Amino acid sequence: MVAKIPVSRSIVVPSTPSAIVGVCGQVIASLEANHFGEDDVFAVHLALEEAFINAVRHGNKGEPGRAVKIDYSVGPDQIEVSMTDEGDGFDPDVIPDPRYGDNLFKPAGRGLLLIRSYMNVVEYNKQGNSIRMVRLKEQRKSSKTTAKLGT
Amino acid sequence: MAPIKPKVNVEYSGAATIVTFADEKILEERDIQELQEALMSVVGHSEKVNLVLDFQKVQFLSSAALGLLIRVSKKVYEQDGQLRLCNISPRIYEVFKITRLTKIFEIYADVPGAMASLPAEGRGTNEQ
Repeated sequence: MVAKIPVSRSIVVPSTPSAIVGVCGQVIASLEANHFGEDDVFAVHLALEEAFINAVRHGNKGEPGRAVKIDYSVGPDQIEVSMTDEGDGFDPDVIPDPRYGDNLFKPAGRGLLLIRSYMNVVEYNKQGNSIRMVRLKEQRKSSKTTAKLGT
Repeated sequence: MAPIKPKVNVEYSGAATIVTFADEKILEERDIQELQEALMSVVGHSEKVNLVLDFQKVQFLSSAALGLLIRVSKKVYEQDGQLRLCNISPRIYEVFKITRLTKIFEIYADVPGAMASLPAEGRGTNEQ
């Protein structure tokens, strides 16, 4: 059973795409235990997947021996996740906007846009190898959840 | 040995080739690679294919899945075919809107709507 109290965990996983599956499972269970709605779960799940793929593919260059560290804390009103890879880092401000021009037709380059769209706070460390993301619980959804619980 | 579960179901309905994604989530690199092989195989089997992709079962997808759709779209239109998407859940439609892919994909509410939008000519290459 997942505790309905603020949860903080730190997990280190290898740079294999499937390694995020278990982490997502843990995070989603914590969100549900804290009555985050389905939109919140979808948003956080998507941000986790996209950030992890970026960390594995671009940060750690797909080398399974390099690790990705994930720190997350879930409280009653928000979730905060940090994800750090062992790469050299990058400048997120130079990533082209995938919504315009020829970029719209490119098969890649949408991960960071999605993360920024679904999370309330997105910031990188100075080196550019660690992303911090925060999502606030959607109020309308949380009140619906409360109503469903009959409280 | 575990049974092999198909990633897509393919149905030929008069003018159209309807491909339904079998999984709720289109996420992992390996799954996307398998899906790409399956879809490219369908597209590669006929000129001017009228492809309808049915997302009815799909509840979650990543940007990698969007990349797959773009690659399939290029292949379809290179062969003078047509591509329609349908039965996309509101949450996934939001992903298409955020990325502005609603500008390049033709999205319909359901399979009949998608099929009705297809051109009348050149639709019969896969008729059975």
